[in-house]
Amino acid sequence: MSGVIEGRAWVFGNSVDTDNMYPGYAMKLPVEEAARHVFYALRPGWTEQVRPGDVVVAGRNFGIGSSRPVAELFRLLGVAALVAEEFNSLFLRNSINYGLPAVTIPGVTAAVTDGQDVTLDIADATLTPLPGGQPVAGSPLPGFVLDILAQGGLMPKLVADGYVAGATGAAGHPAG
Amino acid sequence: MSMTIIEKILARASGQQHVAPGDVVVCEVDMTVLIDLQFATKWPPPRRIADPDRLAIVMDHAVPAPSIADADGGVVARAFAQEFGVERFFDVGRHGICHQVIAENALARPGEILACTDSHTCAAGAYNTAARGLGPVEIYSIMCTGQTWFQVAPTIRYELVGTLPELISGKDVFLHIAGTYGDATNHSLELGGEGLATIPMNDRRTIATQGAEISADFTTFPADERCLAFLAERAPQADLEPVDPDPDARYADVREVDLSALEPYVARPGGVADNAHPVSELESVAVNQCFIGSCANGQLEDLAIAASVLDGRRVADGVRLIVTPASQAVYAEALRRGYLETLADAGAVITNSTCGACFGYHMGLLGAGEVCLTASTRNFRGRMGSPDAEIYMGSPATVAASAVAGRITDPRGVLA
Repeated sequence: MSGVIEGRAWVFGNSVDTDNMYPGYAMKLPVEEAARHVFYALRPGWTEQVRPGDVVVAGRNFGIGSSRPVAELFRLLGVAALVAEEFNSLFLRNSINYGLPAVTIPGVTAAVTDGQDVTLDIADATLTPLPGGQPVAGSPLPGFVLDILAQGGLMPKLVADGYVAGATGAAGHPAG
Repeated sequence: MSMTIIEKILARASGQQHVAPGDVVVCEVDMTVLIDLQFATKWPPPRRIADPDRLAIVMDHAVPAPSIADADGGVVARAFAQEFGVERFFDVGRHGICHQVIAENALARPGEILACTDSHTCAAGAYNTAARGLGPVEIYSIMCTGQTWFQVAPTIRYELVGTLPELISGKDVFLHIAGTYGDATNHSLELGGEGLATIPMNDRRTIATQGAEISADFTTFPADERCLAFLAERAPQADLEPVDPDPDARYADVREVDLSALEPYVARPGGVADNAHPVSELESVAVNQCFIGSCANGQLEDLAIAASVLDGRRVADGVRLIVTPASQAVYAEALRRGYLETLADAGAVITNSTCGACFGYHMGLLGAGEVCLTASTRNFRGRMGSPDAEIYMGSPATVAASAVAGRITDPRGVLA
């Protein structure tokens, strides 16, 4: 995770749920294939358009739903960070624990248009629309959360602390 | 000390005198529950774990295995349980949906902290437990270290008054709350008040389970006499320490619910927040599939009311009714009491206990253009199969009555 990201913003609405990002049928697939089904009904074809470094921007109550590790799919697609007006708390910590920055910035969906380039300073929780837009800021993540992100999520830390042998794969599959 | 139930539990578990909304606390987790799916992909074998006696494994989401990958996950789970001496291993045959198994075995206790890899873990809030779903890697981490962190959220209090009417269930209480007040993102819920005594434990668990559907962090109930009697039956030796809110506890909002005034409610497709209506507003909707099951509504009492509605009646032509008991124990007891016979005679399909149809994984998916009325946990678009199916949600009584009529129906007219 780098401190400042530059990429395109994909803007979504309120209460985008986990089943929309990681549908039940995709849970039967290897994660690389499951990643092709993110937003399958909400925005078909999106996984062909998203590029490494892009940022997903959403409205209120982003990620309501299950504990499925959607962040794994976003990371496989190259999504660099999530930004929302408000996150579901399970979804927020589930993203961070898989090493995907999730930054709360009230007012963000009004400040950026779909497809616009942005920079995102994760430590400062500030998003700036390009070129030359007005920055919008939220409350920075606590220091220990930034530390989890800096480590790449929880699993590298467990490996470093000797709980797990070398493999740094994610711990298991989603839940309902 | 001005604390709500959840604040007091988090304070105690983190060794603090006092916590308030916004505080971040590190807590010892009393019980961690792993589910089958977690073993089915990329399970890095741990070198050591915190404590096998504070761990349980429940086979629930994909049982009996519908795929080779799920079967392979079972192999991994069994080997792990044996290697680390995890005695609370609920393998196929003594299994159930994890939140039902947690309840049956009193794994969730007043004042304790319980974590599990499923978003409906908040179900155990019915037992005065601080319980919530966490992602697979965090549950793995807790299994290793025994700890995790929480940020204390502001609490919304639901003050229950009056008496729950006959045929009105916990599902209706919850749908009324969701339909009236919308989501509770980044808040915890606390239910209590003089009306609570009229709500049975199964209905409390339905309500607590569905806290996740309005995006709440924790949902907690006090451990009143009814709750303590429930726990004493299942853990007679346990030393229970109920946690009540302080008289001067600070809430983000206090909302009164008059149970006596409630009627059956149905949520329209897509979600429950700001989307539930009195059943009378939706009675023209024809249905193709009806489902009674899940951690929320596959309990013995849910099967009992379904059987009483269907006794001597038939599921309508063109309608499928699928019933999934929440555990093997519920299945066996419903069998002994004759509920399953009544349901089967009426044309219902009874499945083994699993999360199956509720999360659109196996045994009862929906096709494009179909309409389902479900008594389960969640009605997101695409949740139970095709994104072009519509999922309405109601109580087990409403679902059973609707299966007979072939359209959404008020159960009070059927059982009057």
